[in-house]
Amino acid sequence: MNWVWTNFDMIWGLTLSQIWLSVIPIVVGFLLSIPLGYAASRSKAARSILLSAGGILYTIPSLALFVSIPVVIGTSLLDPTNVVIALTIYSVAIMVRSSADAFASVPEPVQDSATAVGFSGWQRFFAVELPLAGPVLLAGIRVVSVSTVSLVSVGSVIGVSSLGFLFTDGFQRNFFTEVWTGIIGTVIIAAVFDLLLVLIGRLAMPWNRRVSDRKLRRVASRSAVPVS
Amino acid sequence: MIEFRNVTKQFPDGTVAVDGFSLVIPSRQFTVFVGSSGCGKTTILRMINRMVEPTSGQVLIDDHDVATGDAVRLRRSIGYVMQQSGLLPHRRVIDNVATVPYLTGVSKKKGRQEAFGLLRTVGLDESLAYRYPAQLSGGQQQRVGVARALAVDPNILLMDEPFGAVDPLVRAELQTELLRLQRDLDKTVVFVTHDIDEAFLLGQHVVIFQKGGIIAQQGSPAEILANPASDFVASFIGADRGKRRLRVSDIAADNGELLLVDGNGHPAGVIETDDPRLGAGTGPKSRSVSNKTDQAGDA
Repeated sequence: MNWVWTNFDMIWGLTLSQIWLSVIPIVVGFLLSIPLGYAASRSKAARSILLSAGGILYTIPSLALFVSIPVVIGTSLLDPTNVVIALTIYSVAIMVRSSADAFASVPEPVQDSATAVGFSGWQRFFAVELPLAGPVLLAGIRVVSVSTVSLVSVGSVIGVSSLGFLFTDGFQRNFFTEVWTGIIGTVIIAAVFDLLLVLIGRLAMPWNRRVSDRKLRRVASRSAVPVS
Repeated sequence: MIEFRNVTKQFPDGTVAVDGFSLVIPSRQFTVFVGSSGCGKTTILRMINRMVEPTSGQVLIDDHDVATGDAVRLRRSIGYVMQQSGLLPHRRVIDNVATVPYLTGVSKKKGRQEAFGLLRTVGLDESLAYRYPAQLSGGQQQRVGVARALAVDPNILLMDEPFGAVDPLVRAELQTELLRLQRDLDKTVVFVTHDIDEAFLLGQHVVIFQKGGIIAQQGSPAEILANPASDFVASFIGADRGKRRLRVSDIAADNGELLLVDGNGHPAGVIETDDPRLGAGTGPKSRSVSNKTDQAGDA
């Protein structure tokens, strides 16, 4: 524990860089996946192409991707941009499936009635389909968030600093306090991100919470019957 | 007046839903399209607000071809109510009612103000205004759907099986309310249903469809009941099963009134005997009376 306090500045610095390196891929991946997922939900051909492309991209090992990106775009090997780009690719790869499912989950009668009362295409997308895809989009981005935070640590193998540095350094020195600090720090970041996403979801989709509260109550009252 | 001129609709997969369809729907009347599912009645209804574009032919509203203008503007000028209400689940009841005014740039304050009035028109309590649709019963949701359709004070109201998913009691209540609204508001209503009793209860003008969007018969309920144009129509309206054939039962009712039963022996109602055409006081015999049954008769 002493080690943590004496090295707190370094750990905090690594934490901030881990956060920074995760936030960009999560946000960019989310934004990119929306038009792609929407396209995939509109046509069968687009769906199969986009989802298989996502699947293939996700199978590339992360280290291989980290070292091949500088070759492709000409950055230096130690540039954190490499990690950011690689993780964005992963996050789009995972998120495009959730996003396609999210738009497919918008009930057809609601879409029809939106058209029938006079929403134009864009109005319908932003005012009806995007908000109603929200709950499934949220579920998807929570998975992306956790996986991105943990993948950032791998970047430390190629020298891009993050809490992952504590694993590599700790293992080399056979100093497990440091390894544990890294692991716990990473888990805390992932947990905080998840909590924030859930909170954002509750604020942005109040109707969803009320409906599910009601559903929960109904389930609860039904299961209470045989007991009483 | 809504007019279909030789309209054909072929879907991309090759099925012809409607072939050479022509019909005139009178203004300020309640017209009902009735037919079994898949007969093309919804497709035809949706051509009026261009949810479905005909492959050939014309649809005219007051002699104006609907295909010439902007589809979105056309839809905003026509009220539309569908089964399961089609309300926006993420918007509060009051904002659902004001959906179309918002789309046309009306402020939230003004839109809500008018929406409160519409909630009263359709018989909903103001305390429901800030709930979400999922927190309402099926019947209440349909009322909200009707209020939303009335929000722009349209001349035309299209209703696609709006009461198909609510229980019979609530349906009867909504039907009565709709008749009251139609009397008060004087709109051109086109109503789609597969329930012939609903059609005869609501419609001033009833159009019976056969498969492929073919009109089997059209006219007032009385005309159709009195003279079914074909065996198909007779069977569809239940005349052949004795459902519409009423006769006087052997059981005497009070005050000298006569108890009527249908072809299956189910009581359908009583009839007063002071009508000279019945030859009052002759007592129950096998006189046969044709009748336009109401909902209660087969509930």
